[in-house]
This record gives sequence, structure tokens and C-alpha cells, in this order.
Amino acid sequence: MGLFSKKKRGNFPSYWEEYEALFQKKQTENLQEVRFVVLDTETTGFDYNKDRILSIGALTLQHKKIKVAESFSAYLEQEVHSKETVKIHGIRKEGRKDTIPEEEALQKFLAFLGNAVIIAHHALFDIHMINAALDRLHLPDLKNRYLDTSSLYKKTRLRSNLIQQQESYTLDELADMFNISKKDRHTALGDAYITAIAFLKILAKLREKREVTLKWLLK
Amino acid sequence: MQNTISERVADFLENFPPFNALEKSKLDKLSQEVSIAYHEKGGLVFSEDETPHDFFYIVHEGAIALRKIANNEIVDICDEGDIFGLRPLMAHENYKLEARAHEESILYGIPIAIFKPYAKENEEVGNFLIESFASNTRNPYSKVHRGKLYGNENAQNINPEVKLLDLQPVSYSKKVVSCTPGTSMKKVAETMTKHRIGSILVLENELPIGVITDKDLRNKIVTGLFSIDSPASEIMSHPVITYPRKMTVTQAQMAMMKSNISHLVLTHDGTPHTKAVGILSKHDVMVSLGDNPAVLVKAIKRAKKYKQIKPLRKSIQHLLQGYLDQNIPMGLIAKILSELNDTCIKQVIAISLQKMKRPPPVKFAWLSMGSQGRSEQMLHTDQDNALLFEDVAESQKAKVTKYFLTLAKHVTHGLHVIGFDYCPAEMMASNPKWCLSLQEWKDKVSHWITNPGPDEVLMSSIFFDYNVSYGDKEVVNTLSEHIFQCTETYPIFFLHLASGALQNPSPTGFFRQFLVEQDGAHKDFFDLKRRALMPLIDAARVLILSHSVKGIGNTWERYEKLAELEPKNSELFLACSYATKALLKFRTKQGLLHHDSGRYIALEKLNKEERIKLKRTFKTIKEIQELLSVRFQVSNLLR
Repeated sequence: MGLFSKKKRGNFPSYWEEYEALFQKKQTENLQEVRFVVLDTETTGFDYNKDRILSIGALTLQHKKIKVAESFSAYLEQEVHSKETVKIHGIRKEGRKDTIPEEEALQKFLAFLGNAVIIAHHALFDIHMINAALDRLHLPDLKNRYLDTSSLYKKTRLRSNLIQQQESYTLDELADMFNISKKDRHTALGDAYITAIAFLKILAKLREKREVTLKWLLK
Repeated sequence: MQNTISERVADFLENFPPFNALEKSKLDKLSQEVSIAYHEKGGLVFSEDETPHDFFYIVHEGAIALRKIANNEIVDICDEGDIFGLRPLMAHENYKLEARAHEESILYGIPIAIFKPYAKENEEVGNFLIESFASNTRNPYSKVHRGKLYGNENAQNINPEVKLLDLQPVSYSKKVVSCTPGTSMKKVAETMTKHRIGSILVLENELPIGVITDKDLRNKIVTGLFSIDSPASEIMSHPVITYPRKMTVTQAQMAMMKSNISHLVLTHDGTPHTKAVGILSKHDVMVSLGDNPAVLVKAIKRAKKYKQIKPLRKSIQHLLQGYLDQNIPMGLIAKILSELNDTCIKQVIAISLQKMKRPPPVKFAWLSMGSQGRSEQMLHTDQDNALLFEDVAESQKAKVTKYFLTLAKHVTHGLHVIGFDYCPAEMMASNPKWCLSLQEWKDKVSHWITNPGPDEVLMSSIFFDYNVSYGDKEVVNTLSEHIFQCTETYPIFFLHLASGALQNPSPTGFFRQFLVEQDGAHKDFFDLKRRALMPLIDAARVLILSHSVKGIGNTWERYEKLAELEPKNSELFLACSYATKALLKFRTKQGLLHHDSGRYIALEKLNKEERIKLKRTFKTIKEIQELLSVRFQVSNLLR
């Protein structure tokens, strides 16, 4: 945090301080050992200002393993709602009893996330959405490094002038391509799981062509 | 906490023993503690003599090979739903076998600490474990006790990849040739000769009462014991031993051994009191016993789901291994293999067509390109294919295209399921660019031929090796005609195609040393496909196209044809034909050995003889490239 940053240091709640402190230490650059958190959010829409996060699902991926017990799922209390997106994720306004306030959810999420490298499909969207929520709490942006499975997948495709590259690939397309069951599509944790498996398979594909390091992936 | 992932795990586990015996609440609890691990092909799960993990494993996807390191023999292959690595945990001993991913795999690791108390409480689960350890099989409830769960001393003779044919129903001759008890033996012999059969059934009131075989003729008639005019009833073996028609190969074999007979009579209900439906000879059994192409074709054609074809493709690989071991000529092996692969593709298309609501609106053809198109595909590789349909009225076109795209999506998915990977360059009929009407294809190839840039040349070299896998040959012939007309008008195209063929990197360097890959995952490996096979394949294509010969896709057959067309170069062309076969055989052997595509070769693993063989083909490659370069004056073109 520089001297001229918008948000000055200090006066942050302890959970933020703890989260931030984790980034002081140097993190491992070993692709096997680094802790990844694969995440997905379900939202009321695509507008970072107007729309809200309805749920966050995340799981830990380390040593090519996913521990089912080490996963995160939270449903958020929100005033904003949209009829359109209810059709997609099926979260109705008063539909769930286990919702928690946004701040509580973010606090728990930050604790879970720590200094892991984030993996998400169209990662910037989820990160922007979370940053917007942090902003409402007058907190700075997430500090984690991230990987986007959508752009990583593109790296596995051959490049040729005659083959048109798709601009981007949806999670559904990835699931089809890699034979991953789409059973819990559009629940945050379900999508996070599909993303995690897709990531592992993309990694294997990339390895066929070249040596893959964390540094190269993050580039 | 229960969540969508643990539900996903539980949904899977409840289908397989011993988890299917657990109460729902316990299964849920167990699922929440599962660890999901991904293993790349060849990845190590645990090694021999390693201290046991806190988990045992169930295969969710893929296959795991259990291997004894001492003799590098695969003891067992675990597929979806199979558990492994459990006994060492129960017995508190180290792993006895090494476990490696035979294919890309996803495993569920079940924590033993949570599972063990459940196993003690639940009788059914406990019994499963005891039985499975006692019988030494992975799943004592499975019908087939194939393979063993844990290695032991006498586990050495087990053929790891199942001979599934043992339990296949027998195929018997359904056309029953018969005679009556009163028929004279002369007549009987005539009938048998006419039908070219070794045994005949004796029927009375349509019920089987005896069998006469070649052996009876030899032993009883030719020896003079009976005259050739004696009635069948005096010669026949009786009473007949009858069996029901639904029996497996193994059952049939045992029945023959038990009664010491070589022919079984199959009747409707298995007793001699119903009509005979067929006769089964020892020969029929022998035929079914080996991995046999005819039987495989039959089995493939019977498949109703994509999934059923996958294990059959494994048997095809066995067959291939067997053929290679027996040193059967490569040309012949390739013919049989591509015929079998073709049958698989055809069946996938047939199943896909069933999934469509309507029959195809117009005639179409499914084209296999690349190695399958050339009938040179031995190992599992990527799929390259295209779809071509008859021209339709402009108003109908969008609808018809949509139909075929949907069909193509089903087919490429099906091919993926049975083991053909998706083409990374998307040269597949499910891509709108490769699913076109006849006119669109004509325009496309015309464009390639008249504007031969590097990409166009690459596309043509892949596409022009097409072969009809399914559908209407007429439409395809029209397209082929069109290609030849085009190339005749634009002969400059050959120059570009030839220059493309010369761009493959050279196999050897200045000092005649092998050139290996400089970087990437295959660093220091020799790229057999790009440096040795492709130059030969590409050269054959240019030459045969320039002679306007159609209908020969196969590279060595192309060279044989070229030798016939150009007698003065026949020696070189025959050498090329030989080199192609040799290299393909080499690649196939390497691929089977390492369970991969065989494309990249570790040179230090080759013995001296193999290296010399390999190097000898390089001389031929150099010569054919010189011929191309001179003939098409490639040097005039900027390369």
C-alpha cells in the first residue's frame, strides 16, 4: 500500500488486517505446493455497482487434490433482487433460511481465502463483484493473484489463421469438452468444482506442450 | 457440512459396493471427508512399499494400473467404481503394488479413520471386505472375478486387460442342416459336402435324436464297418447331448470337455424335447476364444450405447498387440485395424442417428480425415472428421445445416466417449466450418487450390486424405471429381503442396545424428511422426494427386501404385512403401509399450538394431524429398 493510495491504511477491522498480514510473507512459487482457491459467485446480474452477490462457493486445491471438507459456501442476505437471474441460479429472495449478512459472509470468505491464488472462470467478473462488495464496507480490493480458466483454456487450443478462435469459452463448453458432469451447474460451489476439474485437465493439456510453472500461468 | 460437492460424491459412491450398503446418513458423513485427487496419465498414486496413505481409493473416472515392479507386470487395472489400496490399511502393512494412472483419472480418497468404524458396525460392509480379501478379488459380488485386488505370488499369470470374450454368448451355426434316421449314408455325405459342413443333425418329428460327424464317416464307413447304404440311424451318435442356446463360450467349452464330444446340439429349452435351433462345434468355440476380429465386429455392431464400445476398443488394442507379437505384415494389420475402427465409427454414427428425432433430410457422408482416412490409424488418437451433405434449396439450407450440426455434435461426443480425443484444431464435423453442403465444400477446396498459402496447403493436406466412413459415396465422388478438375486447371497448386511436404524438419543433422526436440514436454525425445512419417505421407499425397489417381488413401499403397506408374522410379517408391510400414510399425510398438500415441521416442531406450533400422528409413526420406524438390521445382518458390 503506497502513500498515495486512495484508501489509507489503518482503521480496518481486525479480520482485514489479518488477511492483509498474510501477504507480507513470500509465497511459494511451486505449482504443486501453492494453495489455490477455486471460486464462483452467483449474482443478481452483471452490473458491478447495482448488482449484488447472492452466494459464494469456493474450494481448496492443493497438490492436485480437493478436500471436500475444506470448502466454503455462503448465501448472502441482499435487498437487491432480479427476476431474470433467479431463473439461472434458483435463489429466490426469501427462498433460503441460511442467509447471512454480506459483511459476515465476506469476513468468513477472507478467512477461508487467505493468500491463496484464486482460480475462477472469467475470474475478473467474480473478483470485481467481490471488490465492489468490499468497497461498500470501505475496504480495499482483494490482494490475491488469480488465474482465469477461460483464458487458460484458450492456450490449449492450436493457433492457426484458418481456425477461428472463439473469443471466450463458457463453463458449459469446458464441461462438455472435458466430460465433467454438469449436475450442480449454477450453484456457486458446484460451478467452482467444475472449474477446478477443468483447471486440472487444462493443466495436463498444457503440460503436453511445454513446461508449466506458476509464473508462466500467472503471466 | 454437507454441500453440493459432497452430494456429488455421495451420488457416485452409493452405486458401488461396499458403499451401497451404508446408511444414507453415514454415506453423507463419509462423503464430506473425501479427498478428490486428479492424476495425469502416468501419474503415481502410490509406489511399491510406500507407507500406506490415510485414504483408500475408488476410481471415479479413468483407470488405474496396479503393477508389480519386480517384473513390471500389470497385475490389475481398476476402472470406474473399483476400489484399491484398502487391504494395506486394514492389515497395517506397506503397499505391495505400485499404482499409476493408466489414463487421466479422478480418484476419490476415502479416509480410513472414518470408514473403519462403519465397516465394523455394518455387517454387510464387513462381509464385503472379508469376502473380497478372502477371495482376493476386488468385488466378490461382480459376476466376473477378473483380476485380483492385491498382488500375491501366483498373480503372475493373470492377463490384466480382460479377455472379455470368455463370457460372451457363443455364436453358433443357425442354419441347421439335417437328415432323417432313414436317409442313406451316401445321401448324408452328399448333403454334408454340398453344405460344406462337418456335422449333420438327425431329426425325427423335428426333434433331434442324433448327430453324425466327419469322424463317424471315417471311423464307421471308410473302414468298411458299415456300408455306404446303411441308414443314418445306424451311424449316428446318440442320444444327443443338448444345451440351451444361450450359453457362454466358457460353458460350451466345459460341456464339450465333460462329455468328450466335439459338437453340441442347441435346442429351444435345452432339452432334447424341443426343436433344435443350432449346432455348435469345437471350432466355433475356438474362434470365439481368441480376440478375433469377426467376433469384435459383431460385438461392436450389437452396441446400443457409446459406452459399450469403449471396452471393445480395448480388445482391439489386444488384437493389435497380438498381431505385432506374431510379426504379421503391417499392411495386413493396418487393414484389419482400420476396418475395426471404421466399424466403431459407423456404430457411433448409427447410435447418434437414433438420437435424432427425424431421419436425415438429405443424403450425407461422414468423412474421416488424417490417419483414419488413410487407414493408418493404429492407436487411439485425435478425431479428424468432416460432414458433407447434398445441396438443398437456399430456403432449406439453414434448417438442414442445423440438423447435420446437431448430428455431428452427437457423433463427435460419442467418438470422444469411446476414446477418440477431440481435435485441438477443431477439425471436426461439429465445427460449422467442417459441416458443409456439397457446393460449399466445392467452393472451399477451390479456394484452397487457387489461393495456396501455407494454411490452405495445410488444410488441403489434411482434408484430401478423406475416406467415407458412413453415408453416401456418390456425393463424395462428385467432390473428388471437382478436386481433380481444380488441380488440373491450377497445376501450380502441386508446387505449393510439394513445398509444404518439404517443410517437415529433417530427422538427422549434419553428422547424421538424430535430431531431438529442443524444448517442451518432449524435450530430448525424437519426434517420429513429424520428422519421419509425415515427410513420407506428404510426399505420397502430392505425387498421387499429381497423377490424378483417386481411391487410394493409404500411403504405402500410394507408393506401390506410383511404382507401377513410374517404372523408372519404382525402386525408390517401393523403398518408401517399405519405410512407411516400418515406421508405422515402430510407432505402434512404441505406443503400445508406453500406452501413448508413440509419437515421441526416447532414443536411449532403443537398442542398436532398432536405431539402425530407423536410420535406414531416413535415407529413403531424403531421396523422396529430393525427387519432389526437382520434379516440382520447389526451389523456385520462396521457402
